[in-house]
Amino acid sequence: MSVLVGRDTRLLVQGMGKHGTFHAVGCREYGTNVVGGVTPGKGGTTVEGFPLFDTVEEAVRKTGANVSVVFVPPAGAADAIIEAADEAIALVVAITEGIPTLDMVKVWAYLKDRATRLIGPNCPGIISPGERCKVGIMPGHIHLGGPVGVVSRSGTLTYEAVAQLTALGIGQTTCIGIGGDPIIGTTHTDALRLFNEDGTTEAIVMIGEIGGSAEEDAAAYVKAHVKKPVVGFIAGQTAPPGRRMGHAGAIIAGGKGTAAEKMKAMEAAGIRVVKSPAEIGSAVKEVIRRK
Amino acid sequence: MKIHEYQGKAVLARYGVTVPKGRVAYTVDEAVEAAKALGFPVVVKAQIHAGGRGKGGGVKLARNLDECEEIAKGMLGMTLRTHQTGPEGRIVRRLLIEQGMDLSGSKEMYLAVLVDRANGKPVFMASAQGGMEIEEVAAKDPGAILKESVDPVVGFRPYQARKLAFGLGLAPDVVPKAAALMLALYKAFEASDASLVEVNPFLITKAGDVLALDAKVSLDDNALFRHPDLVELRDFDEEEPLEVDASKYSLNYIKLEGGQVGCMVNGAGLAMATMDIIKLAGGSPANFLDVGGGASADQIKNAFRILLADRDVRAVLINIFGGILRCDVLAEGVIAAVRDLKVSVPVVVRMKGNNEEKGRAMLKESGLNFDTADGMTEAAEKVVRAAGGAR
Repeated sequence: MSVLVGRDTRLLVQGMGKHGTFHAVGCREYGTNVVGGVTPGKGGTTVEGFPLFDTVEEAVRKTGANVSVVFVPPAGAADAIIEAADEAIALVVAITEGIPTLDMVKVWAYLKDRATRLIGPNCPGIISPGERCKVGIMPGHIHLGGPVGVVSRSGTLTYEAVAQLTALGIGQTTCIGIGGDPIIGTTHTDALRLFNEDGTTEAIVMIGEIGGSAEEDAAAYVKAHVKKPVVGFIAGQTAPPGRRMGHAGAIIAGGKGTAAEKMKAMEAAGIRVVKSPAEIGSAVKEVIRRK
Repeated sequence: MKIHEYQGKAVLARYGVTVPKGRVAYTVDEAVEAAKALGFPVVVKAQIHAGGRGKGGGVKLARNLDECEEIAKGMLGMTLRTHQTGPEGRIVRRLLIEQGMDLSGSKEMYLAVLVDRANGKPVFMASAQGGMEIEEVAAKDPGAILKESVDPVVGFRPYQARKLAFGLGLAPDVVPKAAALMLALYKAFEASDASLVEVNPFLITKAGDVLALDAKVSLDDNALFRHPDLVELRDFDEEEPLEVDASKYSLNYIKLEGGQVGCMVNGAGLAMATMDIIKLAGGSPANFLDVGGGASADQIKNAFRILLADRDVRAVLINIFGGILRCDVLAEGVIAAVRDLKVSVPVVVRMKGNNEEKGRAMLKESGLNFDTADGMTEAAEKVVRAAGGAR
């Protein structure tokens, strides 16, 4: 009923500050098994009932954590991701916004030959509503368990799409916010592969935005491998070139990375591309019915 | 963050990249002084954050003091228009006075370092076709661009620099000099957390010396916290004043030319999508504005102030997907802002989150010029109508 996170998730929170603690409580209330937090110097204490540890090594040894969520501020976030990877945590979800690109270049190279998967950074996280497992900052109540996988570079736009689905009674297996930075751990293609191989996911929603060519790569993957219906939307059809639209990665550079190019590639791959962000839900309803 | 050519050259020189001797001048007197110190001829270069300056009349050769004074007088304060500035152009406030180089028998090539998003690594690019824009080269003759991907574990290797230098067709005695400059360029890129360093043209003189004749350096905004010295290089004159104002309140605002519908949204993706749906409804968005996740009363007030400073705005759409946010609190902030700022244009509010109904009722009962909408399509149609209809 889900990919990457679910009933077996034992979540560790890296960076149990005000923000981290607030969302750790939110994850627990939703149903996630939050086993503790790491804040160097606070080891041995508890906050909101969560045991705290000084290092990820100790936390994993004592709690059996297999997923971590990173709230550590930008200057230390890359270090936190690498620390989690060194303890072989299977999935690291980095919420932190504003990590220097060259830090992520190093993290990317470091993770390449390791078993750890990274989601983010600069993302809302991942949620599997059917298994009541939320790892991130998204509002849990807008989600509903069901057959649709959602992958998106955005936060609130993903909530918008999910709310449309839920309002139509269409639930989700897992929703993955992959993040708005230029260098991210899990790409659209990676997420599509997971949903394609997941027996319970029947349709996929893919939300992209201007900048880079990840959506084009994903479209090529869909064309070659995906038989499940895919609905797509690209934000930034009206964005001016050369301007960074909020997200570090959302920029049309040298005429490349436009919404038009991405939509064309996606349509050519058989993806049902909607022009209006308000039509994501209804398009999914149609493609599911047609199946 | 973009910086000026003279600042970029100073950064590159710090890591061993050879650049022509030069000085910045804010006044005609300073320009003349600089030229005297450098000796003639000098090149007078307008410093704006845009390329294509030469064609627009922003780069001129001065052979003597009189010429230098005349050129500096004409250039300082002029509005320079290039294909990158748009029709409104940029006012020139600083000049770079640089020693004139003997270009006869020289070659102009191209070097750049940036991060390749597709493979998550820095890439060093070189082309023998300098002096023209790399996008043009990429379109006409992609094979003319040489690329070396950099493994961050070991960095840009000397052999890679040599490979590029040989690939450019440089003479064997020039290759070591060119490779040394490339290694220095990479060091500058890495040490200053740049998002782009571009040397175009990369000059190889008749005598076989190599230097960066022009330099474009852009810095990674996310890394500025560890470069206080580079933060100082920000030139607010080069930025849209409203955008600078917005950034003080953690608002991400980008003005769009000729739009009538102001929009205020939380989240970058949703903000772009809101612009898109306004366009689909027949209107044109006046701006991109991301108020962030919290959307506090103070932020909403400042957001309104900035949106309405744009005289073209005929109506405002607020699209907030709160989730956790309480809509009654949001409504309170919106009402207070509209009252305090005496906002007279119609405002359409679409909000999702806790206490939605209560928030909507508060807006209706306020007696102010509000309309509310449930979905994005409805909101876009209403605001476009309020702004004077589709055009």
